[in-house]
Amino acid sequence: MELSVNDTPAYLYTGGRPFDRQQPVVVLIHGAGHDHSVWNYQARQLAHHGFAVLAPDLPGHGRSQGSPLTTIEALADWVEALLDAAGVVHTAIAGHSMGSLVALQTAAQAPARITKLILIGSVAPMPVAPPLLEAAAHARAAAHGMINQWSYTPASQLGASPVPGVSLTGLNQRLMERQRDGVLANDLAACNAYLGGLDAAAHIAIPCAMLCGERDQMTPRKAVKPLQEALAKVPGGARMIVIKGAGHAMMAEAPDAVGDAMRGFLTSA
Amino acid sequence: MTQPKTFGPETLALHAGQSPDPAFGARAAPIYFTTSYVFPDTDHAAALFNLERPGHVYTRISNPTNAMLEERIAALEGGVGAIAVASGQAALHLAITTLMGAGGHIVASHALYGGSHNLLAYTLPRFGITTTFVDPHDPDAWRTAVRPETRLFFGESLGNPGLDVLDIPAVADIAHAHRVPLLVDATLVTPCLQRPLALGADLVLHSATKFLGGHGVAVGGLLVDGGRFDWEASGLFPTLTEPYDGFHGMDFAEESPIAAFLLRARREGLRDFGACLSPMNAFQILQGMETLPLRMRAHVANARKVAEHLAAHPLVAQVAWPGLANHRDHTLAARLLPDGAGSVLSFELKGGRAAGRAFIEGLRVFSHLANVGDAKSLVIHPASTTHFRMSAQDLAAAGIGEGTVRLSVGLESVDDLIEDLNRGLYAASRVEQG
Repeated sequence: MELSVNDTPAYLYTGGRPFDRQQPVVVLIHGAGHDHSVWNYQARQLAHHGFAVLAPDLPGHGRSQGSPLTTIEALADWVEALLDAAGVVHTAIAGHSMGSLVALQTAAQAPARITKLILIGSVAPMPVAPPLLEAAAHARAAAHGMINQWSYTPASQLGASPVPGVSLTGLNQRLMERQRDGVLANDLAACNAYLGGLDAAAHIAIPCAMLCGERDQMTPRKAVKPLQEALAKVPGGARMIVIKGAGHAMMAEAPDAVGDAMRGFLTSA
Repeated sequence: MTQPKTFGPETLALHAGQSPDPAFGARAAPIYFTTSYVFPDTDHAAALFNLERPGHVYTRISNPTNAMLEERIAALEGGVGAIAVASGQAALHLAITTLMGAGGHIVASHALYGGSHNLLAYTLPRFGITTTFVDPHDPDAWRTAVRPETRLFFGESLGNPGLDVLDIPAVADIAHAHRVPLLVDATLVTPCLQRPLALGADLVLHSATKFLGGHGVAVGGLLVDGGRFDWEASGLFPTLTEPYDGFHGMDFAEESPIAAFLLRARREGLRDFGACLSPMNAFQILQGMETLPLRMRAHVANARKVAEHLAAHPLVAQVAWPGLANHRDHTLAARLLPDGAGSVLSFELKGGRAAGRAFIEGLRVFSHLANVGDAKSLVIHPASTTHFRMSAQDLAAAGIGEGTVRLSVGLESVDDLIEDLNRGLYAASRVEQG
C-alpha cells in the first residue's frame, strides 16, 4: 500500500494481507541498498499469524519517492512520521543491518510507541570498510560484489538456495542494481557515521532480541557483544538468537529460522 | 581486505546449486524421486501454500533435484533464478504464456528452430497470440514490426540451422526502447560460449536436451530470468504487476520486484500447464553439466577442423559456421562468441537433394537423427525432416536449401570424423557423376 509520509509518497509491503491496525503492528526496516522484498517470507509469516505488517521502502528506495535520508536519526524520524501517517500508536519494530540501527534509534527516541525491538545482523557502532564506502560511491558494481561476498555463506555463493530455483546472490545483486544511483553510498555512509548506537541502547527498556547469523562476516557474533551489553535496561537482557549456518543475509539464507525466531519473540510474554 | 571472488564456469558447472546432502552427506546430487512432500504439521502446510515459507509441496511445481539444476543454470548464466521444464519447447511456451494472453504479439527472428517456428507461426495464433518474423540482421525490421500489443522479442543466439548470429545488444536495445523484454534461445551456445543476459537479454531458454545434458538420454528445458527487466516501469505486463486472483491476489512485482517473472511462471505456468521435468531427467542433465565447459571446448575445436575441411572440399558449395572468416556474421561472432561459435554447422552440397541423401547414407560415424548437441556426432537433412513444414520461401528465408546438411560435431577423434565425412562426400560424388 502507499501512504504519504512527510508529504512524499511511500510504499509499504504488508505481507500479502490487508493492513489492519487493530492487530498488533510490527514494522520491518530493510538494510542498505535494499527494499521491502528482503522481508518477503518473514512479512508473510507474521501477516498470516495475527500481525499487521508494515515493511516500507525507505525514502528513495524501491517504490518510495523522495531522496534517501542521510542519517540514521533522520530515518528514525521518518519512521515516526510513517507511524503517524498509518495511524499506529504502538508497534514492535525490527530492522536488518542499517535498518537495525534505524530500529534501535526509533526505539530510543520514541519509547512510548515501541513495544518490542528486534535487531538483525546488528552492531553499534557499524563502521563500514573504507574500500566498500569508496566503491559504493564510485564503482557500484564492485560494491555489489563485495556485499554479496561478505553477506552470504559459501553455499549461497555457489547457488544453493532455500527457495527452489532462485540464486540468492543473483537476486541480491539485481536488487542493489535496481536502486537509484547514490542510494547505496548514502546508506553505507549513514551507517558509518552513526555513533550514537550504544547511547541509544542504554535508554531502551523494552524487550529486545538480537538475531545473529552463525557465519555472519559483516556483523560477526563477537562484534555484537558491546551492543548487547549496552542494552542493560532491557528486561532480562537482550536475547541473543543465533541463526545456524547463516551469514549476514540471514532473512534470505534462513528464512524459516529468522521468521520463526521473530514470531516466537513477538508472541512471547 | 580481500577483493570479492567470483567462481569460474568450471567450478559452477560442478557445484552450483548443490550442497552436500544434509541427510546422509551424499556428494553426488540425490534424485528426489517423489511426487510430494510430508508436511510436519498443518501450520507448516498452510505456510508453504501461503508462501510464508519456501519449500516443496508437489513435484509439478518444484522438486529438490530440479532445484539444483535450476540454481546451477542460473549461476552459470548470471541470472536470478530458473525454472526447469519438460523440454525446450515447454520453456518457450512458459515464457510466452507468463507474459501475455490472447491479443499478445511477438517479434521473432525468422532464423529459428523448426519447432519454435511451428509454435509461433501455427499453434499460438489459434490461442490469439501472433508473431511477426523478421530478418535478425535488420534492426529496422525489428523496430517496424513492433505493435502496441507487442510483448516479447525472441531470437536464437545462433539461428538454427542457418547459424545466423543474433546481435543481442542491438536487438535488446530496440526491445527495451519499446518496453518489452528480449528472450534468447541459447541452446546452441550454452553459458560456456555466451551469456546472453550479460549482453542485454532479459530471459534465456535452453533445450537442456542438447549440449547441457550432452549425452542424448534426457529431454528437458530451462528458462532463466536475468532479473533486470523492470516490469513495473514498463507498464505493459499486467500478469506481473496486477493482483492475480488465481494465487492469493498476489501482485508479483510487488512481492518480488526482481523475480516477479519467475514467481508467476512457477505459481501459474508450472502449476496449471504442468510441463514439469522429471527429477530423473534433472539428475541426468546435472551429470552432463558437470563436464560442460570441457565438452564445449572440445566441441568447438572439432567443429573448427570439420568446418575448415568441408570448406576446402570441391563438392561443398558453402559452409555456414560463424567461426569461418567468410561467414556473414564472422565479425559479430568474434565479438559475441569469442570462445567459439558452437559445434553445429551446416553446408550446402553440390548436387542438391539426391547428393544430400547419398552423403548421409554414406556416413558411418555420424548418426542420422533429429537432434543436436549430443557428445556423438549427428547429421540431418533439414528440408526433409526438422523443417519439412516450412514453405520453400520460408526455408530460403531461414537460409536452408534443398542440399543443406546440418552437422552437430561431437567429441569423437576428429580424424575419424573427417574420414567419415570424406566417405559421405565420396558417395555424394558418385551421385553427381552418375
